[in-house]
Amino acid sequence: MVGVTAAVELERLSAQYGGTPCLREISLRIPEGEMAALLGPNGAGKSTLLRVLTGRHPAAAGRVRLFGHDLSALRPSERAAWVAVAPQELTVPMPFTVEEVVGIGRTARLPRWTAPGADHRRAVEAAMAGMDVLELRARAFDELSGGERQRVVIAMALAQEPRLLLLDEPTSHLDVSHRLEILRLIERMNAERRLTVLMTSHDLNLAAEYCGRLFLLDRGRLVAEGAPEAVLREPLLREVYRCELRVRREEDGALTVRPVRPPRFAAGAAVPPLGERKT
Amino acid sequence: MNRPVRWLIVGVLVATGLALCLLIGPGGFGWPVWNSAIGIARRERVWAGFVVGAGLSTAGVLMQALLRNPLADPYVLGVSGGAALGAAAAIVLGLSSVAALPAAAFAGGALTLVLVYAVAAPRGRAPSLYALLLSGVIVSSVFGALLMMLISLAPAAGLRGITWWMLGSLQVPSATLLRGATALVAVGWAVAFVFAPEWNALTLGADTAHNVGVRAGAAVIGGLALATLTASAAVALAGLIGFVGLVVPHGARALVGADHRRLLPAAALGGGLLLAACDTLARSVHPSAEIPVGIVTALLGGPFFLYLLRRRKGWSA
Repeated sequence: MVGVTAAVELERLSAQYGGTPCLREISLRIPEGEMAALLGPNGAGKSTLLRVLTGRHPAAAGRVRLFGHDLSALRPSERAAWVAVAPQELTVPMPFTVEEVVGIGRTARLPRWTAPGADHRRAVEAAMAGMDVLELRARAFDELSGGERQRVVIAMALAQEPRLLLLDEPTSHLDVSHRLEILRLIERMNAERRLTVLMTSHDLNLAAEYCGRLFLLDRGRLVAEGAPEAVLREPLLREVYRCELRVRREEDGALTVRPVRPPRFAAGAAVPPLGERKT
Repeated sequence: MNRPVRWLIVGVLVATGLALCLLIGPGGFGWPVWNSAIGIARRERVWAGFVVGAGLSTAGVLMQALLRNPLADPYVLGVSGGAALGAAAAIVLGLSSVAALPAAAFAGGALTLVLVYAVAAPRGRAPSLYALLLSGVIVSSVFGALLMMLISLAPAAGLRGITWWMLGSLQVPSATLLRGATALVAVGWAVAFVFAPEWNALTLGADTAHNVGVRAGAAVIGGLALATLTASAAVALAGLIGFVGLVVPHGARALVGADHRRLLPAAALGGGLLLAACDTLARSVHPSAEIPVGIVTALLGGPFFLYLLRRRKGWSA
């Protein structure tokens, strides 16, 4: 690993919300150019970790280094030139067009005293082309479907021309084909621009399929990391997600995780009240 | 058509509109003698109308972007309640000199913003925008009650002054005040224009603004201060004139879109022209009396706003 810059390097990072610890002593490293996923149950700290990586949420202890630089030493415009975020959901309360929303990604790169120049237009154009939203450019963001919005949000982050792209649940409210499409486009950006990608996800199968490195969080702790087969192991997942599940290797080599439903309630038997059911 | 040409056409249109406002008076249609008393008074009124309209519209654009709410207006954070209370207090205390009233209004508006911000901010951290809105509504209504109490206690002589001031009027009390308000609105607008990309980013939320490299907390405070500056300058000059700051940003957005680099010039020009025109109407419809301009803007702005709301049913934020 010597000589390869780490896009992200965390050293015993802890963070808290209103006094309650939500990240505990996390140390991890993501080499530049990789695609990685943060997994874990709801409330495990995945989104908080992304927020700490951009300085939006303060670290209580430990260090965050991006491309070898201390995050706390970076000015907001320098940080924004390296790290972009595609949020899970974006509310646009005014009638901005798709092209304008994508252009907002370049806020920190705009010249203060002159009109935006050719490089601005070129980057916005390239970002829209990369996410296949060129034909939507004049549409109002409000009017788009969920899949279109997600592509525009990622295009906004790409227009920032970052070296590290953070995605918060990029596929969570999309159907199967749109999930594949988003991940295919992200993978293309990763290959073409050598963009480092870190995404949070609840979709273990697609994360295993597209990301070479997985991080598994449980209640603020990093409990496993590495290649999909090292992280997606039955006993570990059972303990972290607190449910029964099966991991299997498909014929095409893909690793799949399937939740197993608890036993059926017998017909006619008294159904125990909710609080007493074992999950 | 390229951009400079388009803005040139807009400029000519606005200048023509303002010239029309100069031509029209209670006596009918005609160019006043330039240096006669009527000529000077009309010039000052059209000028004041433009400055006040531009100031309120600029404040409206900023408030709507920062609060991410197209229903926000310059008065939503209590600037109006505070300014009115300040002016009424000055009248009740007998400080009715030319400078005291607007100064008291300005101080009231600015102090209210600080108070609203302090109430909304939990232990020194940046307040959420909802907390700001809520605390603005509460502080405004408390100030409204205090204002009513002052009015009921006010000496009969001061009462008419307070009433006229609350209805809004563009009769310029002094040329110095007019020049001062003009300078404040111009500076406030220019600074707001330079930071247009920041307002664009903040419209998408503080998180997104942060992610694209904006110092979100500082930008929100700066924007609120600019909005208070331009709104208070307008209120100090002309009293409380409603609806301009609410309606003009909407109309401008429908014409030029939501990008603040176009929206801020469009709203300032449009708001200035609109208020100058409303005031021309207010002083011309009746041959001997004058209607307060605030009544004209409310009568025109209310229905227009309802129309906008119905047309844009999607804006529920």
